[in-house]
Amino acid sequence: MRYRLRKMGNTFEKQVERGRLVDCCKKGDTLFFKNPPSITGSATVGGKKESEGPLKDCFDLLFEDNTLGEPTWEKSESALQRYCIEQLLQKTNTKMADVDYVLAGDLQNQCTASAYTLRGLDVQFLGLYGACSTMAEGLGVASVLAAGGMAKRVIALASSHFCAAERQFRSPLEYGGKRTPTAQWTVTAAGAMMLEPEGNGPFVRAVTFGRIRDFEVTDITNMGAAMAPAAAETILRYFEDSNELPERFDGIYTGDLGQVGSELLLEILKKNGMDLKNHFDCGTMIYDLEAQQVQSGGSGCGCSASVFAGKLLPELKKGKLRRVLVLSTGALMSQTTTLQGESIPGIAHLAELSAVSKEEQQ
Amino acid sequence: MKRISKQEYSEMTKRVSPPSKIGQNCLWAFCVGGAICLLGEILRQNFLSMGLTKELAGLAVSTCLIVLSGATTALGWYHQLACRAGAGTLVPITGFANAVVSPAIEFKCEGLVTGVAAKMFIIAGPVIVYGILTSEIYGIVLWIFSKM
Repeated sequence: MRYRLRKMGNTFEKQVERGRLVDCCKKGDTLFFKNPPSITGSATVGGKKESEGPLKDCFDLLFEDNTLGEPTWEKSESALQRYCIEQLLQKTNTKMADVDYVLAGDLQNQCTASAYTLRGLDVQFLGLYGACSTMAEGLGVASVLAAGGMAKRVIALASSHFCAAERQFRSPLEYGGKRTPTAQWTVTAAGAMMLEPEGNGPFVRAVTFGRIRDFEVTDITNMGAAMAPAAAETILRYFEDSNELPERFDGIYTGDLGQVGSELLLEILKKNGMDLKNHFDCGTMIYDLEAQQVQSGGSGCGCSASVFAGKLLPELKKGKLRRVLVLSTGALMSQTTTLQGESIPGIAHLAELSAVSKEEQQ
Repeated sequence: MKRISKQEYSEMTKRVSPPSKIGQNCLWAFCVGGAICLLGEILRQNFLSMGLTKELAGLAVSTCLIVLSGATTALGWYHQLACRAGAGTLVPITGFANAVVSPAIEFKCEGLVTGVAAKMFIIAGPVIVYGILTSEIYGIVLWIFSKM
């Protein structure tokens, strides 16, 4: 292994001595939680194409009609979020009044899908924009709030809607254009998770917030390529900070690199001496790429949000999975910057999820 | 992360990204584009047999194809054909009609003025602008040559 492995040292003790944080330590780019916060519930809702995909059984609610009965696509996405929060509250038997914060994000300009959803809910709201990386970003920030004792319950929420994204970033829905083989299909789904300082798990053991990496990819139809270096960077930093080995995990799940981005990620990691054998990508899991004609795979905040919340968390809860790394990857361009010829900055945030908290494992 | 130069990464991306299936795309474009043109020709012959002049028959064919494209776009059929046919549905006049009708439908929810009317030409606008510009340049060149 060419990537460096550092010893953990006694960072916790040092911080206690200094009278600073006791529940969390930062080493390199990674935050490790001494008392990992628990994900006490998760919910996910999806649209029509998702109901035809291989993960259809992972959703709590599926809508045959992507409008969700709303007159505009923007409203449809807000409705998607609203149903998702309702499902989450119902599943966790919680009232909105018991929730301290909702951290939510989406792909719409100025993050409006989330703002309009939260308009109807009387709760403290933090809007996040990390493009398709929003789910892991929200999960990370929510973990920090919960682990730091600053909240009893935090909801992290992310969504995307194919039609709302398509009209904003690309072309009108009815426009007759041909998609390139590297293009990705924005997932119509929302995923939400409830985090609490204590619980029965799954637990968020560590979080690595990413750094922007831009390898001058300008092709808006090849976002996997734009995001792969950022994902590689975050993964390498996590392993360097944690003294862990990839084979100790049941899976390393990236958000929406698609087929092209996944291949690039593995190649970059190989160049850095890491041969990843247990990598999966939510973008290639959520659809049947050939049969559903989604080219390189799914994308959007809803892609990683629904797979994490609908598949991985329940499997961790059931004990089918023991320990996983989840990453959401984002392409941080806008239509304006694309038209101005700017390249696409990529970002990836990571969270280490485990069925058991650290103490129990020892 | 070990330094990978941007050029090296660009080569990696090119290698990994699957190319478009040119042969299959061309075949689709040829068949669908050809079928649209054939339909146009059948209509033209019909109009001619109805006694229309050549010029009028041509205009009537264009109008029919535009209406047909607009209607199929509104019904959501045109883009389903286009996602396979590619240039076959883009190049004929039906493609131009689709490019105007699709944003008009899409942006209806942003109002008749700021939505439908303003956004109607977001795709077709450049074609009109540069089409007119090119025809003007052609006209000037033709005029200069006719004076010589």
